[in-house]
Amino acid sequence: MTLPSPPMSLLAELTHRCPLSCPYCSNPLELERKTAELDTAGWRSVLEQAADLGVLQVHFSGGEPMSRPDLVELVSVAQKLNLYSNLITSGVLLDEPQLEALDKAGLDHIQLSFQDVTEDGAERIGGLKGAQARKIRAARLIRASGIPMTLNFVVHRENVARIPQMFALARDLGAARVEIAHTQYYGWGLKNRGALLPSREQLEASTRAVEEERAKGGLSIDYVTPDYHADRPKPCMGGWGQRFVNVTPSGRVLPCHAAEIIPDVDFPNVKNATLSEIWNASPLFNMFRGTDWMPEPCRSCERKERDWGGCRCQALALTGKAENTDPVCELSPFHGQVKQAVEESSSKGEELVYRRYR
Amino acid sequence: MTVAPPGIAEETVLSFARGHRLQHDRVRDLWIVQAPEKAFVIEGSAPHILRQLDGKRSVGDIIQQLTNEFSAPREVIAKDVLALLSELTEKNVLHI
Repeated sequence: MTLPSPPMSLLAELTHRCPLSCPYCSNPLELERKTAELDTAGWRSVLEQAADLGVLQVHFSGGEPMSRPDLVELVSVAQKLNLYSNLITSGVLLDEPQLEALDKAGLDHIQLSFQDVTEDGAERIGGLKGAQARKIRAARLIRASGIPMTLNFVVHRENVARIPQMFALARDLGAARVEIAHTQYYGWGLKNRGALLPSREQLEASTRAVEEERAKGGLSIDYVTPDYHADRPKPCMGGWGQRFVNVTPSGRVLPCHAAEIIPDVDFPNVKNATLSEIWNASPLFNMFRGTDWMPEPCRSCERKERDWGGCRCQALALTGKAENTDPVCELSPFHGQVKQAVEESSSKGEELVYRRYR
Repeated sequence: MTVAPPGIAEETVLSFARGHRLQHDRVRDLWIVQAPEKAFVIEGSAPHILRQLDGKRSVGDIIQQLTNEFSAPREVIAKDVLALLSELTEKNVLHI
């Protein structure tokens, strides 16, 4: 038996605690509490095992990873292991001494999130007063430190018209890269789909805004489209258990950050098994790995090794079965559900449900 | 005579831009370039060329050293080196 190829990147969700409460947060609906979090030694071991397994880049994420007092120490562990370290942060807890310590510890890159370009828009999504000014200050500090910075904007119906201003802000703050990511509709995002999903016209306008900015040059742009408007699914995570591994605050190991909704399977934890055992041999990681698990229409599809059947979590959330073809695919018998969601998206405003502990 | 692409001449001194580095992937036994939120594999003569970048020696010095090392015509080596280095400079992986 040959082993699966090793993962390239590790998403280390150090904590689910966060000063913001964005209604599209990628964390699960059941947020993990501080008392359940791995300690420093636990994370150190995860990083060591990840490097041995073949991980090249570690993304320190959350929640807000800067809520963890041991972040600098963990960045320094990553640096010693030759792991490329990326900090995914809201920036609201970042100050000069913290940044200097992270820089000294060898942090390679920072992805700084913005909820909007206007204070009102940002506060409506993030729910934290004064956050925008703190983020702008964080961006200027990062720029001055020389650590490469990507600005991340999650876009949705309420802010999608302001993409040109998002690029202008990125240029003003001296970011070399910008990510414009349409909201992905899992977990909190799915809960708020009625309020967030843009219309087709809005999507087309956003794509045009990205193309116009690309034509100007000088800014590297990542653009993530909402797959609800597509006819074929995205190759979610580059294939289940193929490139990516996620460790949650409590040490659960997942093929993607939304995978905890998959029913009837044990979620492996670094407290009970090694990362290598989990990656290579756990039922969860082997559940949808490769193509053998696929039913029709995926099984006989010529694209099966390009899109890997799309997203399991989306198939589960919208069709009730994780092994079904992602309903974004026009060949899925459930594709009508996605089309209906798109058609209803421009109709009426809905209340936002903010991310919080339940 | 090999013509250097715009921006890069034999006297240019290049190094990796912040947030980028050359790394040997010990698990897969490959050479990769680490970059913000991605890593890409480099093959052939590229890893050896990039290993010469120390932020001190000029592109010309490196071409000369590789010419001595591989006893190939200088022009051939220069063409390879300049093509690689200018591509990576355009991508902001390297800077002057």
